[in-house]
Amino acid sequence: MLENYFPILVFLAMAIGMAVVMQVLSFLLGPRKPDAKKVTQYECGFSPLSAVRIPFDVRFYLIAILFVVFDIEAAFLFPWAVAFKQLGMIGFVEMILFLLVLLVGYAYVWKKGALEWD
Amino acid sequence: MPENLKQLLVTIHGFGEGLLGPTLWVLAWTVIKIVILLAPVLFMVTYITLAERKIIGFMQVRYGPNRVGIWGILQPLADAAKLIFKELLLPEKADRTVFFLAPALTLVPALIAWAVIPFAPGLVLADINIGILYILAVSSLGVYGIIMAGWGSNNRFSFLGGLRSAAQMVSYEVSMGFTLIPVVLLSGSLNLTDVVNAQKGMWFVIPLLPMFVVYFISVVAETNRAPFDLPEAEAELVAGFITEYSAMSSGLFFMGEYANMILVSFMGSILFLGGWLPPLEILSFIPGVIWLGIKAAFLLFVFLWIRATFPRYRYDQLMRLGWKVFLPISLLWIFVTGLGVLLFGKA
Repeated sequence: MLENYFPILVFLAMAIGMAVVMQVLSFLLGPRKPDAKKVTQYECGFSPLSAVRIPFDVRFYLIAILFVVFDIEAAFLFPWAVAFKQLGMIGFVEMILFLLVLLVGYAYVWKKGALEWD
Repeated sequence: MPENLKQLLVTIHGFGEGLLGPTLWVLAWTVIKIVILLAPVLFMVTYITLAERKIIGFMQVRYGPNRVGIWGILQPLADAAKLIFKELLLPEKADRTVFFLAPALTLVPALIAWAVIPFAPGLVLADINIGILYILAVSSLGVYGIIMAGWGSNNRFSFLGGLRSAAQMVSYEVSMGFTLIPVVLLSGSLNLTDVVNAQKGMWFVIPLLPMFVVYFISVVAETNRAPFDLPEAEAELVAGFITEYSAMSSGLFFMGEYANMILVSFMGSILFLGGWLPPLEILSFIPGVIWLGIKAAFLLFVFLWIRATFPRYRYDQLMRLGWKVFLPISLLWIFVTGLGVLLFGKA
């Protein structure tokens, strides 16, 4: 069972190695002539006007929360789907109840306008 | 497997064990297998760039790259060489660690997800029994790379691009996750080899056609491809989260993007289009790997075709499509599929 994951571990190490080697190679082989103007942040030719760490729209945060809710739901549905043929009618009805509860939340979020972007 | 091939494998194993000892040989053999898997993947990643420029060129009645080698066949190699020999810039205000970690974090998940893709019966690097979950888990790690790139660059275009991209990716990941559940319902397994074998009678694209469409559009949005390439909307955000990146660091982002694009095409072929199964029984003399390749190549072509055809979406339209259209449709289809399996037994 666990030995199935061994190749993935080796693969992970190799992929990380590849990503590191490629950037280091680029660092070693490319020219390096930084000057004051070149290393400033890019702002379409202007000098940077103000600080970058600006407040951002709270909707992004809302989306992240909704994502967590629905992704957990998806993660919960996977084992149910695998065992579905053994669970039969009871499993089906239970999952419908679970989905209905979630749908109430979804309808609430929709009504509250959390999914609007304008 | 043919008899003489088996003989050859036994010889190789015997030789390797004699040379390195049994423990070290297991490691060496794994590395060899990974290289055999990685080489074609990287080859596809380099040459999809040429295919993209050529196909879009022909669709717009121009030639596309045709200077480096015949038909521009060496163009990707020239591009790679150029990227390596360019100056690697570190913006003064950037967070050094995060800045250089981000490209690696985008590329690595896009590569290691390939470990569970079965190319033919038994031809898979790691035959784990939760293949679909593994792919979902690993491919969602790519978001970290993008957020880190946006934050670490310390540039407002990068920051906004990174935020947008992250929100877009997580939104479509939800609907993508839901489209996979009917597939699992029908196959009763998370192992990708089992999923393909369950399609022997009928490819899942037939009972699950709406899910296939939702899956494909979702992965186009997941991989930040046109018409959903808002994170790099060059008219407003310069290049999004890649703005401050140069040389091979930006190259890694592109490699990650293309590796993901090819990966989701292979996934789509395996989950919905029958993987290595031939469309007709008579055609089974053609090896399964080639069938899988043809199906994935077709999906990749559709990716490029979409890019050449559709104008870019607006951000609010994009979010509405994901949350208000795809989510209800896929939830409904889970219900319909469940009902179908219940009523007709094995659907």
